[in-house]
Amino acid sequence: MTVGGRASVVPLALAASACSYQHYQSTFGNAATEARQFNILFVIFLVICAIMYLAVIAFLVASIARRRRAGEANTVEEGRHHESNPLMRTALISWGAVVGSGLVALAIASFIADRSMASAAANEKLSITVTGNQWWWDVQYNAGDNSKMVRTANEIHLPVGVPVRIYLKSNDVIHSFWVPSLAGKQDLIPGRDTDITVVPRKVGIYRGQCAEFCGAEHAKMALVVDVDSYRDFIKWWQHQLQPAPAPATPLAKAGYAFVTSRNCSVCHAIAGTPASGTVGPDLTHFASRRTIAAGAMPMSEGNLYGWVEDPQSIKPGSKMPTIGLEPNELHAVVAYLETLK
Amino acid sequence: MSAHVPERVRREDERLARERQKIARDGPKLKGAKLEARLERTWSRPRGIIGWLATVDHKEIGRRYIVTALLFLALGGVLALAMRVQLAQPDSALISPQRYNELFTMHGSTMMFLFAVPVMEGVAVFIIPLMLGTRSTAFPRLNAFSYFMYLFGGLLLWGAFLLNIGPDIGWFAYTPLSGPQFSPGKRADIWAQMITFTEVSALAAAVVLVCTILKTRAPGMTLARMPLFAWAMLVVAVMIIFSMPAVALASSMLISDRLIGTNFYNAYEHGDALLWQHLFWFFGHPEVYIIFLPATGFVSVITETFCRRPVFAYPIVVLALISTGILAFGLWVHHMFATGLPRVGYSFYTSASMTVAIPTALQIFCWLATMWDGRPRFQVPMLYVVGFIVTFVIGGLSGVIIASVPLDLQLHDTYFIVAHFHYVLIGGAVFPLLGILTYWYPKITGRMMNETLGKIGFWMIFLGFQLTFFPMHLAGLLGMPRRVYTYPAGVGLELPNLLSSIGAFVVAAAVVLFVINGLFSLYRGAVAPSNPWGASTLEWAAASPPRPYNFAHIPVVESRTPLWDAEGELPVVTGLRVDEKEILLTTVVAATPDLREPVPGASLWPLIAAIAVGVLFVSSIFSPWAVVFGAIPAAIATAAWFWPKELKRHPEPVIS
Repeated sequence: MTVGGRASVVPLALAASACSYQHYQSTFGNAATEARQFNILFVIFLVICAIMYLAVIAFLVASIARRRRAGEANTVEEGRHHESNPLMRTALISWGAVVGSGLVALAIASFIADRSMASAAANEKLSITVTGNQWWWDVQYNAGDNSKMVRTANEIHLPVGVPVRIYLKSNDVIHSFWVPSLAGKQDLIPGRDTDITVVPRKVGIYRGQCAEFCGAEHAKMALVVDVDSYRDFIKWWQHQLQPAPAPATPLAKAGYAFVTSRNCSVCHAIAGTPASGTVGPDLTHFASRRTIAAGAMPMSEGNLYGWVEDPQSIKPGSKMPTIGLEPNELHAVVAYLETLK
Repeated sequence: MSAHVPERVRREDERLARERQKIARDGPKLKGAKLEARLERTWSRPRGIIGWLATVDHKEIGRRYIVTALLFLALGGVLALAMRVQLAQPDSALISPQRYNELFTMHGSTMMFLFAVPVMEGVAVFIIPLMLGTRSTAFPRLNAFSYFMYLFGGLLLWGAFLLNIGPDIGWFAYTPLSGPQFSPGKRADIWAQMITFTEVSALAAAVVLVCTILKTRAPGMTLARMPLFAWAMLVVAVMIIFSMPAVALASSMLISDRLIGTNFYNAYEHGDALLWQHLFWFFGHPEVYIIFLPATGFVSVITETFCRRPVFAYPIVVLALISTGILAFGLWVHHMFATGLPRVGYSFYTSASMTVAIPTALQIFCWLATMWDGRPRFQVPMLYVVGFIVTFVIGGLSGVIIASVPLDLQLHDTYFIVAHFHYVLIGGAVFPLLGILTYWYPKITGRMMNETLGKIGFWMIFLGFQLTFFPMHLAGLLGMPRRVYTYPAGVGLELPNLLSSIGAFVVAAAVVLFVINGLFSLYRGAVAPSNPWGASTLEWAAASPPRPYNFAHIPVVESRTPLWDAEGELPVVTGLRVDEKEILLTTVVAATPDLREPVPGASLWPLIAAIAVGVLFVSSIFSPWAVVFGAIPAAIATAAWFWPKELKRHPEPVIS
C-alpha cells in the first residue's frame, strides 16, 4: 500500500460523511430544474388538498358538536327524512362544484408543470446512456467521436447548468432510474428505449437508487451523481478518457497479473489492459469512484478488502462470486485496484 | 284452445290439482311455532362432519369466509411486523434480502387476494340474503365451491411459503423478473396459481352476488329501495366480473411463458414486458375499488343506523357507487407513469384519476350531512366511521397528489405510495370493516361485543395507524423507495422508520384486542335481541343468529327503511312451500313476485369439484400434461354436481 493510497482515503471518507447532509437523497433537494418544478407543484397541491381536508374535518366536527334538542336522542322521526331539505341540497351541489373546480385547477397546474418540464431540457448538450443490470448501473458518455466516449459505472458526473439527456436501457429486468434531488424517475425496460432529461442547477453530490423492484439486491442498487462546475467536469472527463495507469509496485504488478489473467477479467473491463469482460462494471477508474458495488459501501481500502474477499456476505445474491482468494492474491488485487484512479 | 280435452289428461290435471292442495305452504293455516319447526326441518343441513362439509347455507359459508379471511389478515400482519422490525433501524441485517422479498410479496398477496377481497365477499354472502329478505343466495352450491377454491388458493400460497418455496417477486409480479429467465424454480408459479384460485373463487362469488341481488329481493324492494350496501356489492360484483378476466389472462400467459416457453412477455422474442403491467393494472386498479366500495356500503349502513336518519341523498350515493365502478376501469395507467408511455396520453389518466375523487367526495358529503341532520350516537361502529373519514380523506387527497404526472414521477414506488394506499385500504376499508363486524356481530353470533374493549381497541388502532403510516409520507419524500430490505444510515430515514415500527406494534396489539373481544363475547357477551341497534334494514327482522331459513315468512318492503316505517309487524307474502327448500324470485327492477325457485340441498360435490380443480391447478405448476389429465376428474365432479334431477312429474310446474 502506498502513502498516496492511504491519503486519498481520507478525503473520500470526508466526502462520504459530507454526503449525509440533509438533501443527499431527497425530493426536497432542489438541485435541478425538474426537482424545483416538482417542489413548486407539490406545494400548490398540498395547499389545495389541505384546504379540502380542513373543510371535511370542519364539517365533521360541526356535525358531532352540533347541539340537538334534548330528549329526542335515539328516536327516528317519522316521515321527516322524506322531505327534501333545500338548504342541504344546495350545500351538496356547491360542495361538488368546489371539489370539481379545485380538481380542475390542480389538473391544469399539473399539465402546465409537465409541459414546462418537457421543454426545459429539450435541447440537450450532453448525452449519456445508462444501462440497468442486476444490481448495478452501466454508464456511458456518448460522443460523436468514439475516442471521446467514456465508460464508467454506478457514478455519473454532470456539469452544472447543462441540459443532459440520459438514455435508459436494461440488460435484464425492469429497473427505475431515480435521483430524487434532481428529477423524477424513469423506468429502464428491456426491449424499450426510454430517456430522461435533467438540467442540474446546484453543484453537489446526490444519491440515487433503483426504484423498481428488480430482485434480491434491489435495495443495494444505488448510484452517485456528482454535479460539478463545467471546468471540473471537463477535467474529470479528460481523466476518464485516459487508460488505466500501469502498475508500479511489485504487489500491484502481481495484482495486475491476477486481475487480467484470472477470474476478474471474465466479467470486468479495464481500458488499456487485456481485461475486457462486459458482464460487470468497467473498472478503468474504479478507485476514483465514491462507492463500491453500486453504493453498497463507501470506497475505502478496508471495504475494498471486504468486497473482493467475500462479495456474497456484503451483497448476498450479487452476481459477483466469492472466489476464495489466497491472502497474497487478495493483497495484490486490492493493491492493483487502488491504482485505478 | 279446443274445448275437447281427452279424458285421461283431464283426470290427470284434476289429480295434480288435488295434490297441489296437499302441499304444505306457509300462510294463515301454517304459521307460528308449527311453521318454524317445519321450516327448520326443511332448511337444516345434515348433521355431522359430512353435513358440515356439504352445507350450502349462505350463513355458514359467509362465516367461514370471514373467519378464514381474518386468519389470513393475522398472518399477513405478522409478516408486516417482521418487516417493520427489520426496517426499525438502518443497515439492519436481521432478515436476509431473499427472505425480506418473500415477506413483502406474501404480505401484499395475502392482504389483497386472501384477506381484503374475500372478507368483503364473506360479509356480503352472510348478510345480503338477510338484508334482501330471502332465504338463500342464488346458486348456493356455487357459493360453497367459491369458498373452497379460496381456501385452497390460500393454503397453496402459505403451504409453499412454509416449505420455503414462497414467491419473492412482489404481489404485482412484474415481468420479466417473474419470467422463466429471472425467476427459475417454482416460486413465481406458486404465486400465479394462487391468483388462478382466487380468480375462480371471486368470479363464482360475484355471479352468486349479482344474481342474489337482482333476483331474490323481497317483494316491493325495488332497486330504488335497495339498501346501499346491496348497491355497493352489486357494483363490486359486476366490477369483479369485468376485471378478473384481465388478470386471469395475464397470469395464464405468465404460466405458459414459464411452463411451455411461450414468449408473451419476452421482449427479445417479440413479446412485451409492459403487456403484463397493462393487463395486471387493468385488474389491479379496479381491485382497489372492489375492496373500497363494500366499505362505503358499511359506512352507509352504520351511519344510517347510528344517526337515526336514512343516508342523505340516496340517489347521489348510488350514482357515486356506479360512477366510481365505471371510472375505476379508466385509471390503470396511473400505475405506469414512469414507464415512458407518451406524455400527453398520460394527461388523460391524470384527469380520470382526479375525476374519481368527485363521486367519493360526494359520498363523504352525504355521510357528513346524515350526521349533521341526524342524532349520532357514538358507539363502536360509529367511532370507526369517524375514524374512517378522518383517515380515508387523507388517503384520497394523497391520491389526488399522485394522480399528477410530475408529482408521481417523484413519488411513485416510494414510501409515500405505501403511506397513501395504507391510508386508503386500512383507513378506507379495514376501519369500516372492523366497525361493521362489531355491528353485525350480534346478527352473526347472537351476542353483543364488549363496548369498552371495542372503544379501547378503536383508539389504539386509530392512533397506532397514524403513527405507523403518517411518517411514511415523509420517508418517501426523503427518498426511500418501496420494497427495499434496508436503507442507509445518515439520509434522514431513521426517525420516520422507527416511528412506523413502533406504530405497527400498537396496531397489532389493537387487532389482538379486537380478536380477544370477539372470542370473549362469543361466550360471555350480552345476548342480543333481534334488533339490538334499532336499525332499519331487513336482516334485523330475522332472529340473532338467524334460523337456517332466515325468515318464517318472506317480508314485503314498502320503503327504504322497512323496520323504521312498518307499523307493528312487517307485512309478509305467504305461499312458499315448506316441505321443500324454496325461495321467491322477484323481478329485477320493481321486485314484483316472479317465480318460486327450488333451492338445492347440501351436497359434497362442490367440495369434490374444488378438490379436483385444485389438484389440476397445483399439478399444472409441474407439468403441462396436468391440464389434460387433471381435467378428467374435474369434469366428472362437475358432471355429478349438475346431474339432472329425477324426471318425476311434479304436482306443479317447477323451474329446475
